[in-house]
Amino acid sequence: MDLDFTEEQDMLRNSARDFLSTECDKATVREIEEGEDGYSPEIWRKTAELGWQGLMIPEEYDGMGMGLMDLLVVFEEIGRNILPSPFLATVALGAPPIVEAGPEEMKKDILPKIAAGEAILTLALTEPSAGYSPDCIELKAEAKGDNFVLNGTKLFVEYASAADHMVVVARTKSGGDPADCITLFLVDSNSQGIKIEPFATTGTDKQCEVVFDNVSVPKSAVIGQVDKGWPIVEKTLKIATVAKLAEMCGGMQAVLDMSVAYAKERVQYGRPIGSYQAIQHMLADMFIRVFTSKNILYEAAWMAAEGMDCDAKLSTAKAWCNEAYKKVAEDGVQVHGAIGTTRDHDMGLYYRRAMAAFPTFGDTGDHREVVAQSLGL
Amino acid sequence: MDFSFKPEQEAYRQEIRDFIKKELPPGFEAGVGGHVESDEEWKIARSMTKKLAQKGWLNIAWPKEYGGQNNHMFSVILNEEMNYWCAPGLDFGGVGMLAPALMAHGNEEQKKEHLAKIAAGDVVWCQGWSEPEAGSDLPNLKTRAVEDGDDYVINGQKVWTSLAHHADWCFLLVKTDPEAQPKHRGITFILVDFKTPGITVSPLVTMSKERSFSEVFYDNVRVPKKNVVGQVNGGFKVAMTAAGFERSGIYRIALALRNVDRLIEWAKRPQPDGTVPAKDPVVRQKLADLYIRGRIARLLAYRVAWLQTQGAEPEWEASIARVFGSEFQQYAGHTGASLQGMYGMLMRDSKWADPECNMALQSILGIGATIAAGTSEVQRNAIALRGLGLPRG
Repeated sequence: MDLDFTEEQDMLRNSARDFLSTECDKATVREIEEGEDGYSPEIWRKTAELGWQGLMIPEEYDGMGMGLMDLLVVFEEIGRNILPSPFLATVALGAPPIVEAGPEEMKKDILPKIAAGEAILTLALTEPSAGYSPDCIELKAEAKGDNFVLNGTKLFVEYASAADHMVVVARTKSGGDPADCITLFLVDSNSQGIKIEPFATTGTDKQCEVVFDNVSVPKSAVIGQVDKGWPIVEKTLKIATVAKLAEMCGGMQAVLDMSVAYAKERVQYGRPIGSYQAIQHMLADMFIRVFTSKNILYEAAWMAAEGMDCDAKLSTAKAWCNEAYKKVAEDGVQVHGAIGTTRDHDMGLYYRRAMAAFPTFGDTGDHREVVAQSLGL
Repeated sequence: MDFSFKPEQEAYRQEIRDFIKKELPPGFEAGVGGHVESDEEWKIARSMTKKLAQKGWLNIAWPKEYGGQNNHMFSVILNEEMNYWCAPGLDFGGVGMLAPALMAHGNEEQKKEHLAKIAAGDVVWCQGWSEPEAGSDLPNLKTRAVEDGDDYVINGQKVWTSLAHHADWCFLLVKTDPEAQPKHRGITFILVDFKTPGITVSPLVTMSKERSFSEVFYDNVRVPKKNVVGQVNGGFKVAMTAAGFERSGIYRIALALRNVDRLIEWAKRPQPDGTVPAKDPVVRQKLADLYIRGRIARLLAYRVAWLQTQGAEPEWEASIARVFGSEFQQYAGHTGASLQGMYGMLMRDSKWADPECNMALQSILGIGATIAAGTSEVQRNAIALRGLGLPRG
């Protein structure tokens, strides 16, 4: 047992924290949120220089070849500071399928571009049914000569509006085990027949509808094998869930820190409100939620990083952190009082993200059900 | 990071399970922290203690110079397994509290007289700390010790003294300077032979009919001065050492985890009305939530234990583990009984009670979990003040 991060991971955390606090203060966060792109190309370039986009890309494709626990550290800091960006979409959703199963030509072409900050990716997985299981995939890809033709609608595709390429999860066969009918394609976002429409969302992470109308892609765009794409999606979702959870835990920590600082300085009835037990116990409960969330996340992420069977553990973490972040964010606003509810106050940045993170990659009920199944219920 | 147990730790866990299977009478179930009720059960508990001592497990966490193996992780694993399997025999007071205090603050004579006997499981110790006016506010204790020649003469009343009705000795906190400010500077830690004249033990009964703790009255009890551990008026520090040795709280979590595992199996069985609870989505969600809380509680306990193996003295981490673990224990009992509906109120030996999974007693037992050894509120105070640095009120 060793429940500490390595020295290198501590250094990575400190450097990420320094970078984000310098380059992305809350005024910048708001400015990016209000803007059309939903990210800052300048910060995107700088994080690439730091090696973030290529953190988990193998060294032979110009990446850093680091592991999931290292990625977790960066995402915790991103969540703590807030960085509106297609970072999760690119690093934890778009790139992993290619690293895992992309043909060599594709890897050589796209992975160095991702690492260099020259390509933004995302995963077009969910559809209007908004579920994460293989039977939810209805978008069809039909073989036609040397190409596949894609037809259907993807929904909740984050940062599709910014993405140069999308990894599209499509149905290539009907009937039988739905998990055995799924194929992944790397698709250029500018392909003819693609229509992208971003929505206003609580998390301002540019959730989009992407309509595929007779979109033709070459067979060389297939990632892995035809009909055998679902395990790649599952593996990718593990990385993405760890990333999202780390972001959530970082956010929770920030809410707690802000609330503690505020409770120490805000005076009512002649005393800092943090000296009243009503507030102290609320903050203690927030701390308990942050601490429990991090502990279960770290264990789940470690299992995923070690390649262990971690489905139930990741679901344990997501089910727990969903509820924890929601409550921590609510209590954080409550400690701040009316000012915490305003657009100008930073609490809202986190509160909105807590609400958006809740259903992403499965809500509490979904993940409790996974745990129930793992117990043979 | 590495959350795995070492092979020797896994092997030790298995060895403990084999030991319990071999030594514990079939169907025997101790309560929280190994509590037993009848005289017959007490005999079994004592014999388990002796057997644990013979294997050298009772004091496995002690430093090597005192005959232990300096293995805190082994100790927590032992604690977890014993409590998960409802086996009595571990000695929390003597082995886990007094001994570490003696090692740190006792003199050679005291160590020589007591440590070997504790390690052998020969003496039953109880902890005489709480009083009617000193619960969460321990320094407010009033039991008075006055010098008289080579002795102290002790007068006063203690309460919630676990195992007092079985105890041979007591490690007692007394007031030796009632004027001292702050109050904890007037407290002395002293060892009292329970056969000394003037001690009256009056058992208290919990709402679940358990006789686990007592009121203890001290009426002109003469105790030799040489029984003072540490400095006169320096007893609070000794007490903190005693309280700080085992902070994982794994014992209550282990028992609750057992209850959750039993509930999961219960839910898979058809009930008298023919339904299988596990097919109900609400039941599935509740059981999964219970299980999730249990895994987190266990993880926190092991983090505290791991910190202790690293030589750290976990404070707020231990308070968080404590609050979370005890609230989990309580929640498990309550949720379990409520899932069982009408059957959730049948005590274990009732005609229609489910013999494999009886949550009725657990739903009542759990209520004390958030009070004993520091209430949840006191723990939250500690988390707020020491963990978050908030100002005192």
